[in-house]
Amino acid sequence: MNFLANQVDLSNAVDAPAIWTTLEALPQLPNRLVEWVGFQMNAPAWLATLLGMLVSAAVVVGVFLTCFALVSLVERKTLARIQNRYGPNRVGPWGLFQPVADGIKMLTKEDIVPDKAEKLLHLIAPIMIVIPAVLALGVLPYGKEWVPVNLELGLLFFFAVGAMTELSVFIAGWASGSKFPMLGSLRAISQMVSYELPLLISAIGVIMMTGSMSLPSIVEHQSQYNFGFISNWNIFTPWGLVGGIVFFIACIAEANRCPFDLPEGESEIVAGHMTEYSGFKYALFFMGEYLGLFAISGLFITLFLGGWSAPFAGLEFVPSWLWFFGKLVCVIMTMLWIRGTWMRVRMDQLMRFCWLFLIPLSLLTIPAAGIWRFCGDGFLAGLLGWGVTIPFLIIPYIIITVILNRRLAPATRQYHFAE
Amino acid sequence: MESSANTENATASKPPAEQKWILPGWGLYQGLVVTAKNFIQSYYKKDRLTTVQYPEERAPISPNFRNFPFLVHDGDDADAGLRCTACSICEKSCPPQCIYIVLDRDENGKSKKRPKVFEIDLSVCMNCGICAEVCPFDSIYMDNEFELSKDDRFGDMLYGLDRLVKSTDYHAKIRPEQAAAVAASRKAAAEKKEAAAKAKAERLKKKAEEAKLKKEQEEKGGDAQDDADGTPTPPSEKGDTK
Repeated sequence: MNFLANQVDLSNAVDAPAIWTTLEALPQLPNRLVEWVGFQMNAPAWLATLLGMLVSAAVVVGVFLTCFALVSLVERKTLARIQNRYGPNRVGPWGLFQPVADGIKMLTKEDIVPDKAEKLLHLIAPIMIVIPAVLALGVLPYGKEWVPVNLELGLLFFFAVGAMTELSVFIAGWASGSKFPMLGSLRAISQMVSYELPLLISAIGVIMMTGSMSLPSIVEHQSQYNFGFISNWNIFTPWGLVGGIVFFIACIAEANRCPFDLPEGESEIVAGHMTEYSGFKYALFFMGEYLGLFAISGLFITLFLGGWSAPFAGLEFVPSWLWFFGKLVCVIMTMLWIRGTWMRVRMDQLMRFCWLFLIPLSLLTIPAAGIWRFCGDGFLAGLLGWGVTIPFLIIPYIIITVILNRRLAPATRQYHFAE
Repeated sequence: MESSANTENATASKPPAEQKWILPGWGLYQGLVVTAKNFIQSYYKKDRLTTVQYPEERAPISPNFRNFPFLVHDGDDADAGLRCTACSICEKSCPPQCIYIVLDRDENGKSKKRPKVFEIDLSVCMNCGICAEVCPFDSIYMDNEFELSKDDRFGDMLYGLDRLVKSTDYHAKIRPEQAAAVAASRKAAAEKKEAAAKAKAERLKKKAEEAKLKKEQEEKGGDAQDDADGTPTPPSEKGDTK
């Protein structure tokens, strides 16, 4: 139980204004409150710890369920603005109560289970898709003092748990006993298994630089400043830039979002693995998808965008968890922007892009990160690092893109019989 | 023949050599710029957000928009000024047969040339406008009312005279050009009728005078003149007098 005891150490924040210090500790407040009450009532230590655990879990789930409600509204409104229309604006001011209305609608709908479905698995799948997302959210460092579960191998845990999503998607597709869910889940499996590789490989560079798989220490490593003001985020290094972009693309694919939303392509297979689900089970799929999106975006922020650290020196007085959520908003807005712009890729394009482009590039980031590490710190060393690693990454990139841009089909179609 | 077909093909689908290769996926970045423009400008530019929020805002209705027929009356009194004469032409020409007319008669069974019952079934009407086309009395025209949903399926859907009859002002409001043309033609017809009546009266008067003159001449006796040379009636009047 040692890793749960994240004591608030206020001694090193004496010079900061009092209000910011309290805001910094705000997410820990319910946790501390429960522990304090337990202490006052002479409860045994294990009970106080258990209650503290429960409360910190409840905080994470509560915060991200609120985020889910808000993002489902913001997504609709953003897409609407991109398509020159107002989004939902009828329920409450600016449509703010739309998520509530959606929730009521989902809860009051009839729950339909097809005759041919495997009843038990059909029930388990939507529950199973939420659990890994919540578990993954539990290990992310949201602030200096807000780490729900500080695992030594947090990154490994995250990926291990994240792989469970594929299983639940496949169970959903199989248990529905229908052809579209089956096709959708097959697509989902092939997509998610393929894109897990670049996701993992591009994270290796970060582990090499930090020398740890603990997510808080990865953020600690990025929260320093070079030359006094440039933050030490991994995205500002050549290998980190490439790895970050690859990781971001793989994130979108893992979260099953446009342009990689083949598993639930509406125009092709009705709603993929969610076709035979209705009512609250469908809402659970939706929730699991969004929680997974938050988790994987949070991991992207943690690994490449400096987690809770401020972008410039001198901005540390803002509570660290606000930085984290600000970055989360930026990443999610970028994903919405992409969703509003790009078309869905084809299955063969998807696989080609992953295996021929993302995986080679992500493999290149590993030696590039090694070179960067041995160039050392300092201005000249940094210059040397950029000078060596940039050609190392750019030249294969050009070669790969030329290969990828090679035409598969003849330029002009030859008609032999029709004319 | 074949070569011309080939050149056509070449112009139809551009060969890849002409495409400018700038950056892999250049079109994707251009698309991102387009959507970003849409998103940002929708907050301050009107033409980026053209939605008309219907119940509160309404788009202007075109004068050519036509939906459900209505009857026109002249003047202020809807009962007296009704143009409809219950001729039943619209009733007979209505394809779904949604019009029902009963002629109004007095106690002697003589037609009053006005409808006693004039009903149009909204649930049957298909808004074709044939009734308005065929009406010879400028009586029935197409409305532009479109919010016609009703609570009661039977009573509310059957439009009687009380809801069908609307004033000429209303017609002029919803369809100014058509109403003006109708008013002009009706006015011209009325003037023509008036002029004809006047001419007739004058002719009668003239005839009476001639008859009087003749009588006086006959009374005079004396040497009688030839009838053929006397007062020949003009040919135009011949047709009118019969």
